[in-house]
Amino acid sequence: MDTEQYKQQYEADARPVLEAPDIARVLTRIAHEIVERAKGADDVVLLGIPTRGVFLARRLADKLEEITDRKIPVGSLDITMYRDDLRMHPPRALARTEIPGDGIDGRLVVLVDDVLFSGRTIRAALDALNDIGRPRAVQLAVLVDRGHRELPIRADYVGKNLPTSLRETVKVQLAEEDGRDTVLLGAKRTSSGAQQ
Amino acid sequence: MSKILIRGAKVLGGEPQDVLIDGRTIAEVGVGLGAEGAEVVEAEGKVLLPGLVDLHTHLREPGREDSETVLTGTRAAAAGGYTAVFAMANTFPVADTAGVVEQVYRLGQEHGYCDVQPIGAVTVGLEGKKLAELGAMHESAAGVTVFSDDGKCVDDAVIMRRALEYVKAFGGVVAQHAQEPRLTEGAQMNEGIVSAELGLGGWPAVAEESIIARDVLLAEHVSSRVHICHLSTAGSVEIVRWAKSRGIDVTAEVTPHHLLLTDELVRTYDPVYKVNPPLRTERDVMALREALADGTIDIVATDHAPHPHEDKDCEWAAAAMGMVGLETALSVVQQTMVETGLLDWAGVADRMSFKPALIGRAAGHGRPVSAGEPANLTLLDTAYRGPVDPAGFASRSRNTPYEGRELPGRVTHTWLRGKATLVDGKLA
Amino acid sequence: MQRHLISAADLTRDDAVLILDTAEEMARVADRPIKKLPTLRGRTVVNLFFEDSTRTRISFEAAEKRLSADVINFTAKGSSVSKGESLKDTAQTLEAMGVDAVVIRHGASGAPYRLATSGWIDAAVINAGDGTHQHPTQALLDAFTMRRRLVGRDAGVGQDLSGKRITIVGDVLHSRVARSNVDLLHTLGAEVTLVAPPTLVPVGVETWPCEISYDLDTTLSKSDAVMMLRVQRERMNAAFFPTEREYSRRYGLDGDRMAKMPEHAIVMHPGPMVRGMEITAEVADSDRCTVVEQVANGVSIRMAVLYLLLGGNEPAVTHTRPPVSHHHPSNERSAHTISADEEK
Repeated sequence: MDTEQYKQQYEADARPVLEAPDIARVLTRIAHEIVERAKGADDVVLLGIPTRGVFLARRLADKLEEITDRKIPVGSLDITMYRDDLRMHPPRALARTEIPGDGIDGRLVVLVDDVLFSGRTIRAALDALNDIGRPRAVQLAVLVDRGHRELPIRADYVGKNLPTSLRETVKVQLAEEDGRDTVLLGAKRTSSGAQQ
Repeated sequence: MSKILIRGAKVLGGEPQDVLIDGRTIAEVGVGLGAEGAEVVEAEGKVLLPGLVDLHTHLREPGREDSETVLTGTRAAAAGGYTAVFAMANTFPVADTAGVVEQVYRLGQEHGYCDVQPIGAVTVGLEGKKLAELGAMHESAAGVTVFSDDGKCVDDAVIMRRALEYVKAFGGVVAQHAQEPRLTEGAQMNEGIVSAELGLGGWPAVAEESIIARDVLLAEHVSSRVHICHLSTAGSVEIVRWAKSRGIDVTAEVTPHHLLLTDELVRTYDPVYKVNPPLRTERDVMALREALADGTIDIVATDHAPHPHEDKDCEWAAAAMGMVGLETALSVVQQTMVETGLLDWAGVADRMSFKPALIGRAAGHGRPVSAGEPANLTLLDTAYRGPVDPAGFASRSRNTPYEGRELPGRVTHTWLRGKATLVDGKLA
Repeated sequence: MQRHLISAADLTRDDAVLILDTAEEMARVADRPIKKLPTLRGRTVVNLFFEDSTRTRISFEAAEKRLSADVINFTAKGSSVSKGESLKDTAQTLEAMGVDAVVIRHGASGAPYRLATSGWIDAAVINAGDGTHQHPTQALLDAFTMRRRLVGRDAGVGQDLSGKRITIVGDVLHSRVARSNVDLLHTLGAEVTLVAPPTLVPVGVETWPCEISYDLDTTLSKSDAVMMLRVQRERMNAAFFPTEREYSRRYGLDGDRMAKMPEHAIVMHPGPMVRGMEITAEVADSDRCTVVEQVANGVSIRMAVLYLLLGGNEPAVTHTRPPVSHHHPSNERSAHTISADEEK
């Protein structure tokens, strides 16, 4: 099966657990939570983890700006070079790391990703952050937490807690990348695929 | 010595005949010969040739016994169907005195696998400056008639002219390694498309052709004969063809590897393909085959050049030039000349036995397969097909470019003056 | 990509673009307070230099150290090599020390190829310049410099050099830089013209994917980049050209000639420059000259190559596809490599 065929098959079999309006709603909620917990969010920097975390971070920034009427710095943090599973795959293409102009020193960095699973990505992100500067605090926002943590990591803001089995996959699709907003729960493909 | 009956062999590729050897000579050739008192060698389907003669062999002794000795080299020769080899002079010390050539000659006789006819150096120490004592070498027990600085070119036109003239006194011949030295400084391979890409120093065809052109004109001028070693380019063929048409007394040799391999192989940077003159292009290979077929090139000579493993197991530039060839020559000729229809087996006998013996004045070699002639014979299984396995070589060195390559034909028996040196593919 | 980097000719367009894109990300690391990545921690790279080349060695060393590799430097001078040890023995000695990659500079054309194919060692081999054969990382850093200047730093990502006209001037015959650049630039879609006196163009050049010219002045106005090669003064003694003065008059780049180049065109040089020979000080010091940039870019390119060859369990996977005219950067990337989204 080629990639396109596989995609169609997967989407036919998978069950949507969040649709576009749900995603918009939970992002709004997370934005409010950030403002509340960060006491106005005046030192917040949002860093999305490529690929889809970046789009989520931008959406969150838009919502925060609506709420606070202030420009919220948003950037991206590629963690590829910090992964602990590099030796298990061929090297991956690097994505862009874009730190907002004023940097992260002394700020509250909110990492944004689509799915929280083993926690290894976030571990890598914390390492990457360490090489870039010294934030006042680091928090984590994810659209979906599907459980099965392998490291002592938890999210500060969760769009949806989704109990899953390891035989299942969670796939987040966003309009910027995939043409539509949805979160799909499906069965794991036998060979390794691009799902969480 | 006892009698041997070779039964049913295709003599020079012709109709099956029996050949009876009695002692050192061929007693009788015919159909249905009696086998009384004779050891019988069944040769049905095999081709019987006169013992092959190689006008261009490097036996390395004295000096480089780590790569080859007269013993291992002559065993390799016997395994390849040869009964006489001409040993090149670039040993350490150089074979430029009667003493060295006699030693090499005697070693060949003692071992008894193959006659060794030493080639004398043209100049002292192969330095191209001063004529060696050519007359003394000729008068020695070795009876040298072929002189060559092979490995180096006699590039000084005056020295070359003098040598060509001088050897006329005793019917000698100068075998020229045609390589203009200035044009080949730093040369690593044929100069052309492949060298341009690989960034290896080029050995242009013109460096060979210009020397051949000069030397045939010199030979004409002083009415001498000249022999061209390992001719390798289409242009050289044209010059020799022209010289012969003018009546110039020139002969030329081609190596088996130049009949089969091209410079495309150098893309592997594997020094097993590093040789001098270098492997040329497909066009050159085709011209050489054609020239060997039509007689422009007179003979096949191996330029058997053994080198120890470490001299080839390195980067290209650091590697020694040369390939072993005695044990694969006939197979390569079968593939490139016989199976292509360019030459029949009588033609092979001519190019690999009769003519080289004639050029080198090797008495008793290159004779017809007929009653009363010395029993120098080679029996060949032409139907055999198999990959070349250097581990089975009799030569001390393994630097063959054919490892693993499927080649046709296999020498099963060789007789030197009636004595079997190779029996069923095994050295006696 | 293949397991080794021996020749620029071995790279597909997708390989080359992936390396350039990766280098673009690596370059950003240089702007950070901590210019180091943990990616090659625990991997050992040996810089095996049989020829003096301080700048290339330092560039590789900087790249290796920024990726946290353990670095062993081996230079032939004063080593066992000068005592007659062969390349094979040297390589095997290093392999016995557990080396993952060998960066080799050697005076003999084909030595890196031999090292990679002879079965002497298992390590990945990266050619840092061999004889007059190849210098692939130089060609990559040159292409990177061209893409940044002629296409744009951000606009260039995912792009090749289609339609760019590149002129390479000087001693082509003895130049591994010229050979590598002709191969790579052709793969990337550029049109290459070599300019040299006929004595410094190899016999057999006619099969190369480029044009040959003996006249510099007529090619300058049609060039987006002009790369000047170093010309060694000693060549004069081997009759490649009559005098230094005549060479620089006919093939040197001075201010007047530079003025004939299009406004946007750049001047490149692999270094070290011979000022007054192939290039005047005026040109070398102008802001159109990218020599210093090339040096900086060299580190990024070498980081990219090391990462893509050694960063995973096998070299990076690329697929050869026809170039796409409209690029969506993230789609482009996911098509080139395994998605980065596994195992969150």
